[in-house]
Amino acid sequence: MTATPNMDFVNDIIANGGESVNMCYQCGTCTASCPSGRQTSFRTRRLVRMAQLGMKDETINSDELWFCTTCYSCTERCPRDVAIVDIIVAMRNLAVASGKMFEGHKKTAQSLIKNGHTVPINDEVKAQRKALGLAEVPPTVLANKDAKKDFDKIMKATGFKKIIGE
Amino acid sequence: MAKAKYAFFLGCIAPLRYPGIEKSTRDVCSALGIDLVDFNDASCCPAPGVIRSFDRKTWIAAAARNLALAEKAGVDILTICNGCYGSLFDAAHELHEDAELLKEVNTILAEIGLEYKGGTTVRHFAEVIYNDVGLDKVKKAIKNPLDLKVATFYGCHFLKPSDIKKLDDPENPSMLDKMVEATGATSMYRKDKMMCCGAGGGLRSEFSDYAMKFTEENLKNMKDGGAEVIVDICPFCHLQFDRGQKELKGYSMPVLHLSQLYALAMGMDKKELGLDAHLTPVKL
Ligand code: SF4
Ligand code: SF4
Repeated sequence: MTATPNMDFVNDIIANGGESVNMCYQCGTCTASCPSGRQTSFRTRRLVRMAQLGMKDETINSDELWFCTTCYSCTERCPRDVAIVDIIVAMRNLAVASGKMFEGHKKTAQSLIKNGHTVPINDEVKAQRKALGLAEVPPTVLANKDAKKDFDKIMKATGFKKIIGE
Repeated sequence: MAKAKYAFFLGCIAPLRYPGIEKSTRDVCSALGIDLVDFNDASCCPAPGVIRSFDRKTWIAAAARNLALAEKAGVDILTICNGCYGSLFDAAHELHEDAELLKEVNTILAEIGLEYKGGTTVRHFAEVIYNDVGLDKVKKAIKNPLDLKVATFYGCHFLKPSDIKKLDDPENPSMLDKMVEATGATSMYRKDKMMCCGAGGGLRSEFSDYAMKFTEENLKNMKDGGAEVIVDICPFCHLQFDRGQKELKGYSMPVLHLSQLYALAMGMDKKELGLDAHLTPVKL
């Protein structure tokens, strides 16, 4: 099988913070530093190689793309200063843009849109807050309707709802 | 030193899952002369591991809104979470370095009549105490010295990426250990101290079994190192260890945020620490 590099994919990664992708010389320091690679089938060096080769379908449809915790261990040690996390984030953005998003992630994104926060408030925490002498609802967009409206406008301007497939 | 004043950036996990961290931070800051003002138009930072992974532009626009609001109020931002710190610090850095990006983001902020000029500094509670307040002042405020063996947990986004954070050695740091030891406690050595807790990057929300493997490896190293308490500086690491131990067998190490440890050491009432929100019981 011969694979043709998808240069659009490589260029998209480069345009979205992954300028350094072609600096990688495949030493494997990243894989050796990766706590996720110790627990899962994810291999950082391999993913960077797949990015260089423009393997769009193989990367954006893989679960492994989402096994990185963005811990930056690899980035700290890379001898070529490759911005590995930025490259992974760029590929994740492209995966989401092409409609590939997991349910758990979608829920977090929906909560951000709805509440302005990634986790919702509940009665239990309201009671705990009250008992501590804190405002029942935290003093953020949660308690400030005008600020939430502004936040909504930002979300609308970036088209976040559409991006997450809502 | 002039009295430092900050917009208190709450984030999501602390106020909505561990309100004791918010309360302890307020009390400790007040005792140490750090003036916090409520940041009552702030939203989520937004979370770097998830929201930035979904759409970088949404992430930086929403982060820039928070930065611009603080700038308008004439205060810098104080965070108590590595996620918030990472997000807002990194966003401020990117906007500082990239004039094109700043322009693009400002066209979005213009929709709500805001502009970010690039003047907000983003700080973390722990480094403000370490760098600005100083451990001498902390030691003077300790009324209830703690005889505890502690596993310090720095998390990832406090020190890293170290080329922009410039706080401490990312492979072998000591500032949190010194901050913990200022209370009389002992920071215990352990294997692989800088390993990630596993929660970040969307791993916990979608592949929690894998996240838990990180957590278990950390817990084992902490236990082998002789620690009896975990002290973190990030509510998300905090949640991962506190809730994680309920699911895993054989571990019951109380988890405290640095603010809670300090509140305890400064003699504040235990009830003020919000420990009933913890799933791993805190019996100290
Ligand atoms: S450490 Fe850097 S140069 Fe080495 S394989 Fe990983 S990304 Fe490439
Ligand atoms: S940032 Fe991601 S790829 Fe790099 S070491 Fe951490 S988990 Fe692995």
